[in-house]
Formats: sequence, C-alpha cells, structure tokens
Amino acid sequence: MSVYQNNEINEEETSRTLSLVVDNQPGTLARVIGLFSGRGYNIESLNVTEIDNTRNLSRISLVTRGTSMTIEQIKSQLLRIVPVHIVRDLTLEGPFIRSELALVKLIIKGANRVEALRVAETFRARTLDVTLSSFVFELTGKPSKIDAFIELMRSLGDTEISRTGVSAISRGNKSETKLLEQIELN
Amino acid sequence: MAIDKTITGAEAVITALVENGVEVIFGYPGGAVLPLYDAIFDNKKIKHILVRHEQAAVHAAEGYARSTGKVGCVLVTSGPGATNAITGLTDALMDSIPVICLSGQVPTHLIGTDAFQEADTTGISRPCTKHNYLVKNADNLCDIIHESFDIASTGRPGPVLIDLPKDIQLTKIKYNKKINRIKNKSSNNNPKIDMKIITKVVDLLVNAQKPIIYAGGGVINAGPKTSTLLTELVDLLNSPVTLTLMGLGSVSNDNKNFLGMLGMHGTYEANLAMHNCDVMLNVGARFDDRVTGRLNAFAPNSKKIHIDIDKSSINKVVSVDFGIVGDCKEVLTILVQEIKKLHNQKNLKSKTDWWTQIKEWKKKDSLGFKQIGKNIKPQQAIKSLYNKTKSFDTYITTEVGQHQMWAAQYFGFSKPNHWMTSGGLGTMGYGLPSSVGVQIAHPDSLVIDISGEASFLMNMQELSTIVQYNLPVKIFILNNQWMGMVRQWQELNHGSRYSESYTESLPDFVLLAKSFGIKGLRVEEIDKLDSTIDEMLNTKGPVIADIRVEKEENCFPMIPSGAAHNEMILGAEDKPKDTSNAGLALV
Repeated sequence: MSVYQNNEINEEETSRTLSLVVDNQPGTLARVIGLFSGRGYNIESLNVTEIDNTRNLSRISLVTRGTSMTIEQIKSQLLRIVPVHIVRDLTLEGPFIRSELALVKLIIKGANRVEALRVAETFRARTLDVTLSSFVFELTGKPSKIDAFIELMRSLGDTEISRTGVSAISRGNKSETKLLEQIELN
Repeated sequence: MAIDKTITGAEAVITALVENGVEVIFGYPGGAVLPLYDAIFDNKKIKHILVRHEQAAVHAAEGYARSTGKVGCVLVTSGPGATNAITGLTDALMDSIPVICLSGQVPTHLIGTDAFQEADTTGISRPCTKHNYLVKNADNLCDIIHESFDIASTGRPGPVLIDLPKDIQLTKIKYNKKINRIKNKSSNNNPKIDMKIITKVVDLLVNAQKPIIYAGGGVINAGPKTSTLLTELVDLLNSPVTLTLMGLGSVSNDNKNFLGMLGMHGTYEANLAMHNCDVMLNVGARFDDRVTGRLNAFAPNSKKIHIDIDKSSINKVVSVDFGIVGDCKEVLTILVQEIKKLHNQKNLKSKTDWWTQIKEWKKKDSLGFKQIGKNIKPQQAIKSLYNKTKSFDTYITTEVGQHQMWAAQYFGFSKPNHWMTSGGLGTMGYGLPSSVGVQIAHPDSLVIDISGEASFLMNMQELSTIVQYNLPVKIFILNNQWMGMVRQWQELNHGSRYSESYTESLPDFVLLAKSFGIKGLRVEEIDKLDSTIDEMLNTKGPVIADIRVEKEENCFPMIPSGAAHNEMILGAEDKPKDTSNAGLALV
C-alpha cells in the first residue's frame, strides 16, 4: 500500500464478506468497483440487486481478501463514496449466512445420465430443463457446495456454468431498520 | 391567468449558484454550455472570469477557494472542455479543495452516440472527484446543485462535477430553493468525538517528554480559528511543532516552537524531532510519503495520535495508537480545554532535555547556504523576496519543483490561507492560474506566483487572462533553464545523465511580457536582485520577473528516496549512500 514498504505486519490475508447498502442509481456500482481496481484490492465475488424500491436502495454483497488493516481501509474508503450508506463487515459481526445460486448445464448422453440425476438428487439440485442430450440443474447453497457439485458435473460431460455470486445476511435478530431510516427518501 | 413561474434549466443553475454564495465563476464557453453562458450574460451577481484553458479554470478556482475558504466554481464545455479540466479536478481531490465544476454535455438523446464533443465525462471524472452527477432529469437539477455544495464543502472537502446535457439546460422548470436538511451520512461528515480516547490522548500529551506536533492541510481546511487553537496547544504543551507543505501558515513562522517544514526537503531539526519523539500528534495531515520517508524507520519509538476528518486516512500507511476521527477545529477545541484543566492541577513534564537536543540539531543550520560570487542563489532570491514583502498582505502561489521547495523553506508564512501550492498531485503549471483566482478574491493584496521557467511554460497562456482583468500578479520566475528537480534526481540517482531535463529555446521572458503589454524585468547579478524586487513590487500592474539563478543549485536538505528521517543529507558535500534499489523505484 505504501510506496516505501510493503505492509510490515506479516498478518495473513483472510476472506471477508461485506454487505453494503447503496443508492440504486447509475454509476454507484462503477464507483464501488473503481475503488477496488484503482486501489489494488481484490473482489472475489460480487452480487447486486435492488432491495427497497421506495427508498431506491440496492444491496451489494461482496467478498474480498486482505489483512485486517487492508480491510479496515476498504471499509473506510467505501464509506467515502457518497451513494454508499451502510458498510457492514459480516465476517467480523458474527455468525452469518452466505448463499449462492448456480445454474449448471450438462451436455450428456447414454448411461451416465442416470448418474448425473443421482448426483443432482444428492445435492438437492432442481432439474429445470431436460432434453435427450442435456440437463439444466439449479442449485443453491454455500459456494463450497456449489464448487463440489460443479466438479462432479464436469467429470460427467461438457458443462456450462452461471453463478450469481455470494449473497449474505447476518444470523439472529440484528436488523438494519434503524440505519435505513436515517437514509432520506430519494 | 396563471403567471409562468418556470425558468430554463440554465437559469436555474445560475440562480442556484447565487443562492449558494457563488460570486465568481472561472470558465470557458463552448457549444454544450451556450444556454448557461446566455444565462450568465445579464446576471449581475456572478462575475465570470474567462480563462484561456480549462485546466487553468480549475486551478484558478482552487486558488480562490484556498485563499478564501469558500467553494470555487468552474464552468466548462463538453468533451475537450471537460477532459482539460481533469488535471485540475484531480489536483483539488488530492489537496482536499472544495470546487464545483459544471460541465456541458451533449443533449440526453445523443449521449452514447459518439456525438460531436461528446465524452463520458462522469466516467472519466469518477475517480478524480469526490462525487459527480449526470443530470438526466431537469426536475432534479436544483436539488443536485444544492447538494453538490454540501458535498464539496463538508467533511473532507473536494471537487464535485455536475454534467449538464444541453437539453436539460433548455428545459423549463420550477426553481427549488435550498432546503436546510441534514443530508444522509451526516454522521460520517461530522463524526462524534470519542471522549474516552480524548482522555487517554490528553494524558499522553501531558506526560510526554519528547513530544512533537505535526500539522497539515486539515488545519487550514478547518478554518483560520483552527490555526489559533493549534498555536494555543503548542504553547500550552511547550511542544515543538512542524508543518507539512500543505500546512504552512497554520503556525506562524516566527513562533519560537516552530521547527520549519518536515519531510523530504524539511529542516534537519524537524525531521530529527520526528524520528526521536516519544509522542507524535498528527493534526490534519496524512502521513504522505514525502513526509514519512522509509516507513519501517519512521518515528520508531513513539506513540502516535492522529486527528483526521477522513476515517480512511487513519491507519492507511502508518498504524497509530490513537485515531480521532473529527474536524480539527472541534478536536483541538476539546484538547485545549482538557489540557487547560490539567494545567491547574499539576505541572507538565519538563522538556528541557528535549529542547536542548533540538537546539543541538538546529545548530546544523540545515537551510544555510553561501551566497558567493555574482550568480544569484535561488535561496537568496526567495529570502530577499520574503524580506521585502513582510509588510504586505502577501499571498504566494507556486508551481512544482525546486522553486516550490525553496519557497516553502525560505519564505515565511505567518497566517493560514496565504500559501497556495500543489502538494498531493504535484501539478506543474498550477501557480499562475491559481494566482488568478487568488487575486480575483483579494484584489488589493499582493499576489506572487513563485515559479520555475519550465512550470511557467505549462500554463503561460493565462498571462492573457491576467492582462484582460488587469490583475497585478507578480510572476517571480527562478530561471535556471533546467527542470531543476528532475535534474537534481538525475544527478543523485542516475549518474548525472541529464536526459531531456534541459529546456532549449526558452522565450525571452521580458519580451514575452512586453508582447502582453505588461512589465518584464530580468536580473542576472546578485547586486541588482534587491532593486529588481523593489521595481517589481512598485509596479502597479502585472510583472514577469525573470530571475536568472545559479543553474545547478540543488535543493537541500534532502531525505533521499527510500531513506529514513535520520538519514538526511544536508548538502552536496554530504554525499549520500548509494540509493537502494527499492529507493530507485520510488517517485
């Protein structure tokens, strides 16, 4: 980070899940992404959708990596962006849920089709589309579970993958309502 | 019959500027801003200053903002107008200067078609503004203008750009007045100060035996009263104080506790005091790499306290023991209050040893130089200029390079807001347009652009602006015919291989002045320096003074790149160790 020296604290980098509430307006996502690329931070996963259409707010769930000093920097820098209202560090806050949805197309003929369906059943994947030579499965869950499923599918045939990226939320009765109320209606 | 209360978007913009206190706007017209220029045409409340290049418009607005504490305002056209303004906006972002830049844009239905003079202005300016807008709906126009002033001037100030498509400027709308509302994230702009930390910090400061206060541009940005508070704190603690380039003036140069500027070209005593202190209080500075030197040897045995309005500045490059997020003025008010309370109860720790040590360092006379022979030493030129202007209300702007450092070292600043320089971005060509803004804001004061000949050439078209508005700016060029700082680094780090750092074909600055109808002066010998400065100061209008100085003079003292505070070199005879490979890679 500094031009003079690499960070001296030899702390290991860890993965962190951040949850942001931002104005749903053109340019906001570009600002967030621009901050990461401009300052040399990594984005491992990103997921954005509107969550409140009266206040015009979106949530960005973001997985990044870094030492605690870097993560603190990322959070402070994110808060400098005018349309970013809330930055929560779910990893630091306590227990939280991360979930992801994947659509997996498998091109497959012959005997292995049964095997594919058996694997899908084990993973509780839904079969959304079937032809004589293909399946499309839908699977939700932790990224690691989806990774495992995709690996198995790849060993069975040609695959095409589409994943949403991690969406995250804290466990328990902690709520953002108070914070959200401070955000003026646009 | 209902009276039509609608006005055009362009008229609304100008009305909103007036409502937000804008008196001067620096700009350059073009196709996409014609409706705005039409609205300015018969507006009596806003004075438009026509610059000669959009970059200069932003620097002028910066000079205006920095010398008044108000928001500077810029108006440029689409495409090249906006892209030319980018350097200025980045400069304002790096130095936290409140500027509003209005840019024209092609009409909304043409956006994205590569129309004539179209550029993705919000896209280009996103990383170099604090915030920006593309106005797509004329109904939001007034609110956006009002909000932009809040964003530019509160929290850590910075530039805001508003991109205005031409059709929006022509749309008839109803004018919305500014509502005084506490904007979202106000908590972030005006953070609550944690009293628990204050108590610990006060304890640390009062018990410090070798304290140092290191203050920066945040003190200036928090208003002139903050400088008074800082001085009070320095006196209360009897602590030495040093200032960054951006902070000069926040403690008077004749304060007995002032050690001069610190950092790469700071004084020996300031840098050594930083290195050896036991408690460091950073007020509104950001541990810039020009200041810290090698980080793993930066003030190694000290407890560090950092006051900054911007949370992201704290623990960015230097880990501190106590970070206080808050406005310098508010935090200093509380600190002074709390320390005064303690004063009544017990005595401060004696700092005699510390001051004795500092006096030892001072004996090195790190800013000493010998004016021998006929050639003018650039240091002497600045010193003489300072001595002759002490009785004036003097505002100094500079360009970037050796002359900038000499100005910082040898000119004395006794008040805040009187020193305008490009610190963070280091923009050559900043000083001349900046002086335009300063002189417009302070028509009766003495405004001097201390310049180098290479920097001057970067924005010298602004001479035309200076002449048009009859601004009595004095341009004091330390002319050594080299890009001096580049030459110095090539000498120190690249075996004196002076690659492209010599300017062939410089103009005759006296004739150049003449061609603009202003006075030009030249001096080449030391015994005529004083009379030339006198003549410059006694001239009513603008002057270009071509001060021919010693060509190969280097700027010392210096912390070589990659070195620590205690590894300063004091002069040419004080040969540094070979710069480390890591050091060579540094800027």
